[in-house]
Formats: sequence, C-alpha cells, structure tokens
Amino acid sequence: MLEAIINILSWLLLLAGGAFGIIGGIGLLRFPDFYSRMHAAGLTETLCAICIIFGLVLQAGISLLTLKLLLILLFLLFTAPTATHAVARAAMIDEVEPVLSEDSPRLVDYEDRP
Amino acid sequence: MRDTIFLIVLLALLWLAISGIYKPAILLLGLASLVLVTWVVIRMKIIGEEHNPTVFAWRLPRFWLWALREIVISNIHVARLVFRPEQISPRIVYQNVHFQRPLGKVIYGNTCTLTPGTVTVQLTKSGTVIHALDAKSADSLAELERRVHWLEGETDEVAAKDAGEERR
Amino acid sequence: MMTTVLVLTTLAVFATMGLALVRALKGPSIYDRILAVNVFGTKTVLIVALITFITGHFDLIDIALVYALINFIAIATVLKLVKTRNLASATPDDTGDA
Repeated sequence: MLEAIINILSWLLLLAGGAFGIIGGIGLLRFPDFYSRMHAAGLTETLCAICIIFGLVLQAGISLLTLKLLLILLFLLFTAPTATHAVARAAMIDEVEPVLSEDSPRLVDYEDRP
Repeated sequence: MRDTIFLIVLLALLWLAISGIYKPAILLLGLASLVLVTWVVIRMKIIGEEHNPTVFAWRLPRFWLWALREIVISNIHVARLVFRPEQISPRIVYQNVHFQRPLGKVIYGNTCTLTPGTVTVQLTKSGTVIHALDAKSADSLAELERRVHWLEGETDEVAAKDAGEERR
Repeated sequence: MMTTVLVLTTLAVFATMGLALVRALKGPSIYDRILAVNVFGTKTVLIVALITFITGHFDLIDIALVYALINFIAIATVLKLVKTRNLASATPDDTGDA
C-alpha cells in the first residue's frame, strides 16, 4: 500500500518535471529578448530538475544512490544561478539592450543608476 | 584556519560518501586528491566562512524550505506567463541592500536568480541590479531581503511574523 | 509501468533539449546561444540520471555527478572567453564577476 503511494507520487513528480522542462523550452523560444529568456531557462533548471531528482529519490529509497542524486541536485542548484548570473552580467557588460515596459528604469551600471 | 579545517572535513566526507570503495590503495588516492585540492584552494586564497556549514546553524534548513516553496510558486507563475507572453512587463530593479557579511549578499543574489522571474544582473558592494519578468516577481524581492536578514540572525522579525500568520 | 513513466519523462527532457537546440541555432545574440547550451547541459545530467534508472546500471549516476560539475566549468570558461577574449586574464577590479 505504502509502496503504491510512493510509486504514484514518484510518477507524478517525474511527469511534472518533464512538463516543466517542456514549458521552459517553449518559453525559451517564445519570449521576446535575451533577458526574459533567462527566466524561461531558469524554469527548466530549477523546478524541472528538482521534480525529476526527487521523483528518482523516491524510487531509490534510502541508499548511496539517493545521496548521489541529492548531491547532483545540490550542485545543479548551486551552479545554475551562478551560470545564469554570469551570462546576464556578460550581456550587460556587452551592452545588450533589454526590452522593457514603459514604467521601468533603463538598464545601466548600479553606480550610474537614475 | 578554522574555515580550512571545516573545508578539509567536508571534502573528506564528500569523498568517502561518493567513493564507496574503502581499500587502502583507493583511500590513498583519496588522501592525495584531498591534499591537492586543499593546496590549490589555499593558494587561490578563496577560503572563507562559506566553508563553515554551521555559520547559520538551524536557520539554514528553514531558509531552504522557504526558498523551495518560493521556487515552486514562482515556477508556476512563470509557467503561466509562458503561455501568455503578451502579459510580461520586464523591468529593472535597483535594490540597495546591506547585509552583515558578503555571504549574505551572495545568498541573496543566488536565491533571487534561483527563483524564476528575477535574475541578478549585477552585484556590487552597495547594491544589486535585478531584471524581473513582471511586477509580481519584482514584489517578492522585499520578502527575500527580509528572509536573508533573518538568516544572518539580525532579527527574529520573520519568526514573529510567521507565528502571527499561524494564529490568524 | 515504472519504465513507461521513466521513458516518457526522458522523452520530455529530450524535447526540452530539442527546443534549447533550436534557440541555440537561431541565436540571435551569442548570449542566447550560451544560455541554450547551458540548458542543454543541465538536461544532459537529468537524462543520464534517468537512464541510470531505466537500465538499472546504477554506476552511471557517477557520470551524471561529474557531468554536472564539468558543465558548470565549461559555461564559466566560455563566458570568460566571451567577456575578456582571453582565458588567462583575471579582472580583480570587476566585483560583479561570477
């Protein structure tokens, strides 16, 4: 009984992870400029990874495999924001202009902010 | 020095956990890699309090739980926006943040980027430049700043507020 | 049943990789491409983890672990190359660096 519940929970997590991955991929194609695409990429790198890894953890039970899966998740969650920030910072230094709504300030260096 | 010892213990535990083979020859290889990594890290002068897992004590797991909840909420929000791309209103937020230590700022920037909808574009000594996908995403930043202040142990304000929410 | 779900998830992750690949090919800026490659790398890690469970060869998980780290280093390297046009240079005055 308990095993069946864990299995179903694990299936739901895996499928949700896959769904969030595809939605993030669609966002990567649909959003208008580089900066908003970063958010879509964030979608595939956070909840997609979290759901799939936790789905697999439920399958693995308490073992060395679970520890390794959680380590993978930890590395992904530590490195993904750093990589995203680095790309964004590089684009900012390269003066890639973001598409912004009218009420937003322009993107400039923090010291030169309006 | 204390941080170096913490780093060595962490690396040793990591190696033992991942390896899974405990023959003398393999253990010797592990020791060699441990010494090599520690030497490189000391030479790079990048050892700091972030290698001390006890720096935030019990507050860290609670912060992670809150961050996980926030990630789920903002993921669903951004997923909704993917299907209505005309509803996004990207904006730049200049945030003036002050934390006790550099680590607080790094955690702030990292968590901000980790939640879809907000990305840290620049992190300077005095503040941050953040790109937000819409107004709702930008609004969540104030709460994040408060949580990081709480994580650093400056205030018990959040804990008090949580208790207040539970009572209601 | 379990294998079916695992295979479905793997296919979904493959689809994500395909979408990221389209973005990498379309560009337009070099940063879009780097972003797409980064997504592609993260998804590779997940694919390897999923294949570990589909095949039952649990040693494969170490490959996913290593790939997660190598992918990060690769992205950091490419960005440094893009930004400074030089892999060996350091810019200590730029505090905004990753």
